[in-house]
Amino acid sequence: MSSKKLLVKGNEAVAIGAIDGGVECYFAYPITPQSDIPEYLSRELVKLGGTFLQAESEIASINMVLGAAAAGKRAMTSSSGPGISLKQEGISYIAGSELPAVIVNMMRGGPGLGGIQPSQGDYFQATRGGGHGDYRTMVLAPSTCQECYDLTIEAFDLAFKYRNPVMILGDAILGQMKEPIVRWKERSIDPNEAIKWCLTGKKGRKQRIIKSLRLEEGSMEALNEKLMKKYKDMEQDIKWEEFMVEDAEVVAVAFGSIGRIVKSTARKLRSKGYKVGVFRPITLFPFPYKQLREVAKKGKRFITIENNTGQMVEDVRLALCGICETEFFANMPGKVSTPEDFIEPIENMFK
Amino acid sequence: MTKVSEKQVFSMPKCLNDVPTHFCPGCHHGIIHRLVAEAIDAFQLEDKAICVGSVGCSVFIYNYIDVDSVEAPHGRAPAVATGVKRARPDAFVFAYQGDGDLAAIGLSEIIHCANRGEKVSIIFVNNSVYGMTGGQMAPTTLVGQKTTTTPYGRSPQNEGYPLKMAELIGSLEGCAFSARVAVNNIKNIIKAKKAIKKAFLAQLKNKGFGFVEFLSACPTNWHLTPLEANKRVETEMMAYFPLGIYKDIVE
Ligand SMILES: Cc1ncc(C[n+]2csc(CCOP(=O)(O)OP(=O)(O)O)c2C)c(N)n1
Ligand code: SF4
Repeated sequence: MSSKKLLVKGNEAVAIGAIDGGVECYFAYPITPQSDIPEYLSRELVKLGGTFLQAESEIASINMVLGAAAAGKRAMTSSSGPGISLKQEGISYIAGSELPAVIVNMMRGGPGLGGIQPSQGDYFQATRGGGHGDYRTMVLAPSTCQECYDLTIEAFDLAFKYRNPVMILGDAILGQMKEPIVRWKERSIDPNEAIKWCLTGKKGRKQRIIKSLRLEEGSMEALNEKLMKKYKDMEQDIKWEEFMVEDAEVVAVAFGSIGRIVKSTARKLRSKGYKVGVFRPITLFPFPYKQLREVAKKGKRFITIENNTGQMVEDVRLALCGICETEFFANMPGKVSTPEDFIEPIENMFK
Repeated sequence: MTKVSEKQVFSMPKCLNDVPTHFCPGCHHGIIHRLVAEAIDAFQLEDKAICVGSVGCSVFIYNYIDVDSVEAPHGRAPAVATGVKRARPDAFVFAYQGDGDLAAIGLSEIIHCANRGEKVSIIFVNNSVYGMTGGQMAPTTLVGQKTTTTPYGRSPQNEGYPLKMAELIGSLEGCAFSARVAVNNIKNIIKAKKAIKKAFLAQLKNKGFGFVEFLSACPTNWHLTPLEANKRVETEMMAYFPLGIYKDIVE
């Protein structure tokens, strides 16, 4: 494929990334603001011989993902806030069974039914496992439509590399905005990707059992130790962006669509002579603690900006611990953010 | 001395592991496991079967039936089975679920799986209680039946009525086969064997969803001896849950 430029919504970029990333089975349940993803895949994935199925609930769709993943396929589901809550039981089982899967959360405002306006309120849920038991999902937070595409492709590779659920954490702004993307990856499917561990029927080998029940003496301990090591290994795939950080006096830390809006704010403030930089974590789990700490060691002041009441700021504080503090500015869930919203709080850092 | 020649007329199914059972004495789960294993052998499905286990007393099914297996969260086996079958249409996919699992927490998953006409086979074990968690009320607990959470007996005013799953599933368009059977005597065991085969055929012939409900004894939580429990299946359970075939479009 020669790389093609397309003008698409963030949600469509995720869906196209899934196609080019080799998704074979996608299980849906409608919820705003992510419904463009199932709508796109219901049209396009079936043309390529993949499976598209709208399930009866998010609970069913995540368990269909579990089944397809156990069968060794690249499987995916997407939802938003309330639907992601329902998927948590299944995500915990997928993590406990060490299966690969991609889950997209295009966050909306909450708690409860909340609304369809933008929010980053599911940061804790995404980065702390979200369901029961001691597990983590790898979390990727795109900030542009291109990143929606790129990171969805990468999410599948990471899910199979670690045999762990990977979450794309976007939001209503990102899902709905239109931007050009370059489609650079050609869809290819390796039928033997999971051949060493997946279920095929036991022809020619011994029975395989994929489960998360660990009753035998010492086996739960062993699994948790293995998972802990796995989460440590994931640190080799930590991603982040530093934007004009080098000579900055004040560094704003923000992720996802807010990260990108804060970059515009930084540009505006630079033109007024303020030395502002932006540190944007792209993997939210594992969080770029060390990378942020390195920046802090250079003697900067920090402000964390989120579209929630203060979640990632806790990770920022952990990263900076013992070196300096961070201010926090909250744009409330439900409020659409503009670059102007962040001028005053950042300017105040220079007073 | 007369010479006696011996001929083996009865043996373990090939795909059933010869391991000590964890089921209580008089529990019917073991007999049902055996019948499932026999049907797998009969259609030579051992190499292409994928079993979806559930949460309940049958959670260790993969230790007994020697086929590839995946464990589903409580009640979700029909959704997991859907995922497996859609991913591997050539595999033979079956799930095994208890009545708490299938008819309470997993009611939505089973109805929609059947209604979509998924080409999977479900073995449903109705013992009228939650066995594994200690004998609490199930959606199939009979009116008046005492359990650890209906100490005065199930009352329709408070808990409603026992669900008749074989009838409910049989009423759905996507279902190709639905039957209710029992294993309390030889005659019924023979009928049960036939029903499992029919449910398997529904999948093998690509006709649709196959469902077999077993009336099953739980002596431990019924507080009966194995013999008394076996008898209760006939006297009390069959009176409310009639045996029979509720849907069959396999042939
Ligand atoms: C989400 C969830 N809720 C509750 C439980 C606890 N639990 C384990 S087995 C079970 C019921 C089993 O009863 P049934 O399905 O009738 O099977 P049986 O043990 O009688 O064979 C329950 C409620 C669980 N494992 N997961
Ligand atoms: S508790 Fe009941 S269902 Fe469970 S193994 Fe014992 S007899 Fe069987």
